[in-house]
Amino acid sequence: MSALMPLTMLSEGNGCRVKEIRAGQNLKRRLVEMGFTPSSPIRLIGCERGRLLVNVNGVRYALGRGMAMKIIVEPDSFEGAGLG
Amino acid sequence: MAKDKIRVALTGNPNVGKTTVFNAITGAKQKVGNWPGVTVEKKIGIKEYAGHSLEIVDLPGTYSLTAYSADEIVARDYIIEEKPGIVVQILDSMNLERNLYLSTQLMEMDTKLIFALNMSDLAEKRGDKIDLSMFEKLLGVTLVRTTASEGEGINSLLDAIISKASSDMSSSHKIGYGEEIEDRISILEKIISEDKALVSKYPSRWLSIKLLEGDENAFSKLSSSSIQPVVERFLSGLDLEEYEAEMADKRYEFISKILPQVGNTCVEDVSASDMIDKVITNRYLGIPIFLSLMWGMFELTFTFATPFMELIDMFFAFLAEVIATNLETAWLASLLGDGIVAGAGAVMSFVPNIFILFFLLALLEDSGYLARAAFIMDRLMHSMGIQGKSFIPMLMGFGCTVPAVMATRTLEDEKDRLITMLVTPFMSCGARIPVYVLLAGTFFGRQAGSIIFGLYVLGIIVAILSARLFRTFIFKGTPSSFIMELPPYHRPSPGNSIKYMWNQGSLYLKRVGSVIVGGVVAIWLLAYFPQGVEYGSAESYIGSLGKLIEPLVSPLGFDWKIAISLIFGFVAKEVVIGSLGTLYGTGADEGMLSSVLLADPVFTPAVALGLMVFTLLYVPCIGAVAVIKKESGSWKWMLFSASYSTAVAWILSFVTVKIGNIIFV
Repeated sequence: MSALMPLTMLSEGNGCRVKEIRAGQNLKRRLVEMGFTPSSPIRLIGCERGRLLVNVNGVRYALGRGMAMKIIVEPDSFEGAGLG
Repeated sequence: MAKDKIRVALTGNPNVGKTTVFNAITGAKQKVGNWPGVTVEKKIGIKEYAGHSLEIVDLPGTYSLTAYSADEIVARDYIIEEKPGIVVQILDSMNLERNLYLSTQLMEMDTKLIFALNMSDLAEKRGDKIDLSMFEKLLGVTLVRTTASEGEGINSLLDAIISKASSDMSSSHKIGYGEEIEDRISILEKIISEDKALVSKYPSRWLSIKLLEGDENAFSKLSSSSIQPVVERFLSGLDLEEYEAEMADKRYEFISKILPQVGNTCVEDVSASDMIDKVITNRYLGIPIFLSLMWGMFELTFTFATPFMELIDMFFAFLAEVIATNLETAWLASLLGDGIVAGAGAVMSFVPNIFILFFLLALLEDSGYLARAAFIMDRLMHSMGIQGKSFIPMLMGFGCTVPAVMATRTLEDEKDRLITMLVTPFMSCGARIPVYVLLAGTFFGRQAGSIIFGLYVLGIIVAILSARLFRTFIFKGTPSSFIMELPPYHRPSPGNSIKYMWNQGSLYLKRVGSVIVGGVVAIWLLAYFPQGVEYGSAESYIGSLGKLIEPLVSPLGFDWKIAISLIFGFVAKEVVIGSLGTLYGTGADEGMLSSVLLADPVFTPAVALGLMVFTLLYVPCIGAVAVIKKESGSWKWMLFSASYSTAVAWILSFVTVKIGNIIFV
């Protein structure tokens, strides 16, 4: 059981690291440009108006969940042992 | 009582207690193996219950059922290919919103679905209240409460499984993905229905949705089908990546719509530094805060600008008088007095407005608020076919269209950018204010303020409806999925804001210096010649030109003088007033122009209102048109913008004049 999950699944207030971006070339490039590079730390500040507020490398973004589904992350502290 | 074996699949997010439920049901009777071809653990258990034999399969824990990981494909293929009798999703009651994403995907798979609300005791202890029957009604799914760690609720879950297995009720709850995507889905469903073997194997809506999401695993299911090339051709013309994001957004939208009806869940604490964002972007407070800031901004702009405007007016009036008394040569006095000073004066008088608006905008931008404003506006703007970020150029459009069009550069998506560029000119820029002030003041007296406010609102409405129109007919698709940076809040520096104000403002001043003054001189020349005619009369060149185009605007009740003013308004919209002043021979003296206009039978209140509407909407000034050409990189869009806006202006002012004629008799 891997501990990877889409960014949308992270609990509010928790931290994680970017593992991979599952998107086409354009979007991938754009996200990487914005700082969503592999292993950069993300913290989920909250969720308002259907958007996630996140802090990536200390920079704050608002992003749609559709986009957040494509950002695969590894949570910093995985709650409980993941036995499925 | 020998019954068929009921096959039950357990699914759910990782760490929701799925394995605990599995163990609680099956006890020690488990077989552990691997799924064929992949190193994903497969666990099967048998349970005899109430005369039935249940085969329980523990699917890998997944957050969703896309085809990105082996776990997801295994879970999905089991449900869709093996068709278990019952699918049970274990939900973590503490994290319902996150868990329900998987549910929305399961609900599309035409299965008999049961939700087990696990850990509901913990959620209740935390203070959450969940309304089970409401939940069942909204989702169309059977719900059971469990606390698997204590073994509670397991029997009710088994009862639910057995009664569900003997019923014919499979979950067919649909999530609406919006008109465009739904259209595509029905086209695909129609194509798929050609292949009977395929239809009997997979739910066609589910398959269509997956194909639209660009799901390669789903596409491979068509490999032996005759319809594959048709589907491939259909999909090749679509931006599947955008669809995928849009559909994920819609699923979350669905979830956030039902959750508040199901019960209240507690919000976790946030650190103090994030509190500002929580308040400013809050769903209840966000818009009121935003509106009061905007209102305050305009209020400040006009309050601060008024004394400066009066000073500038006084200065130009003084200048005109000096010229009139000291210049002997009649034509030179006329050129300087009627032409340059009057024209430049009209333009310069609201430079303070523009500078102050830009200063305040810069303060808001610098503080980090403007990005949040775009964020707050995003949902509304999104439904209109543009994205939240488009809002910033549109806001700047209240100052001057030229820098506003340049500011569309911040939009990455080409379609979003073009739409924003095309609608920004409808935001009433500062140059239109003198036209409103004069006409509304002259014809509507005490109602002038409301009339001017109404014109601003009209501009916004036209901009929004045009965006919707362009999105539907020209730039098909949805606004690009949303991501924007929210810069850190900090105390705005007045120095920076002044610098910004100066840059944007001087851009405007340069136009005044060249294009506008040049235009005013051109009017003067046309109005003064041929030699000997009365200045600006019907016999002058400008008069002939006006007569020539008069038929085009006569349905609006406009005469040749108005027609000419509008033509020269293309130089800069404030010139409309300057040239009316010139043509009526009063110069920029507002008091005199007012009384002359009131005396002219052509100018009824309805026509005045129509003229204001026309001025608001028709082709933006030459500076703005030039910048649209430069920023869109094409003559085509420039010409489109000019002709579209003029057509809209004509139609709406026609309507205004007709209605006005009925109201103001």
